Amino acid sequence: MFTAKEFSQPKTIEEAYHILVSRRNNTVIGGSAFLRMSSKKIGTAIDLSKLELNEIKEQNEYIEIGAYATFRDIETSPLLRNHFNGVLPNAVKNIIGIQFRNIVTVGASVFSKYGFSDFITALLALDTEVELYKAGRMSLEDFLKRPFERDILTRVLIKKNQRQASYQHLRNSISDYPILNVAASNLDNHWILVVGARPQRAQIARKASKALSEHFSFDDLDQIAALAAEELAFGTNERGTANYRQAMCKVLVKRAITEVLQCK
Amino acid sequence: MQIEIILNGNKVTYDVKNDEFLADTLRAHGISSVRKGCNTTCCGLCTIWIDEKPVLSCAALSIRANGKRITTMEGLQKESEEFAQVLVAEGSEQCGFCSPGFIMTVIAMKRELKNPTEEEILHYLTGNLCRCTGYMGQLRAIKKYLGVM
Repeated sequence: MFTAKEFSQPKTIEEAYHILVSRRNNTVIGGSAFLRMSSKKIGTAIDLSKLELNEIKEQNEYIEIGAYATFRDIETSPLLRNHFNGVLPNAVKNIIGIQFRNIVTVGASVFSKYGFSDFITALLALDTEVELYKAGRMSLEDFLKRPFERDILTRVLIKKNQRQASYQHLRNSISDYPILNVAASNLDNHWILVVGARPQRAQIARKASKALSEHFSFDDLDQIAALAAEELAFGTNERGTANYRQAMCKVLVKRAITEVLQCK
Repeated sequence: MQIEIILNGNKVTYDVKNDEFLADTLRAHGISSVRKGCNTTCCGLCTIWIDEKPVLSCAALSIRANGKRITTMEGLQKESEEFAQVLVAEGSEQCGFCSPGFIMTVIAMKRELKNPTEEEILHYLTGNLCRCTGYMGQLRAIKKYLGVM
């Protein structure tokens, strides 16, 4: 269990950042659900609940998700259910239970770049950007490649378009962590295939996405799925071996593409 | 730090540590329906409501509850008893250890969902584990309690 010497609820993001960088072991605590499993010794635990970052808003070109929105907010948002074939609510709805999803926050999950994340896999299949207080705005893909820096994720922004998407996952039991997850999306024949929980963090299968975007017929489905499984690295942990994940990747990729093709 | 919460309708003030969770705070003040089962955020046994939303009290920091309404089974006596009677009638109560968290979630579901389907009921309850019953008796009881047989 983590320990915290001090606790702070800053009123502004500037204040929160100032506290964060003022000491090495100061930490933004997000929902504290995953953090509680760690033995981290925190100087000042920074709680962002007073910053009004819990809204999911429709803007002109983007859907904006505040960092303090919970996974239950994502799951029940009519706005997110009505966009992208409901891929984001689908991606989070099996994470442990409602009581847990009422605590877990978007910002903490995305900022932590968890390999097992269902949410990041689905977000990466959309045209998603993140906004960090210090580093500014960047694509989610770029953010995931960057080394960890002391910063605060304030918003997730998703381009509002007609992209249709599907989220597929493999679990030992419905509320367990995923053994593997896949998201696929399509906008005007521009496909994005993402594989996560490999168990490394989610990554776009570039070659397979390109091949799918250039030409596709149902006869190519096995070939595309095999390409995605070949180009990405898979690892072994207590939930599954690398070989098992690689084999199951093909199955999930095919399911995801098929579901997207069925979207109107 | 001192927090002030509305616990089951009554204003109370507690001294809490910065890294203390509500499950510990509430138990320390005699709220015995709140139990810790897994202590890894998986079992749902410690379910309480914060501002009417079911949450895991083993993962909710006490200090963050300042100014909020906290509800435990002690604050839902009438509804708890009604549902418990249905559980007993359906033979779906065994060791009873998981019951407080389970009952808190079922009552939250009753307030949130109108005429839920079996799929919706099962989905709402995935965060509550029971190692005795096999769930079928509980499902029968919930359907009867909600009037969605």
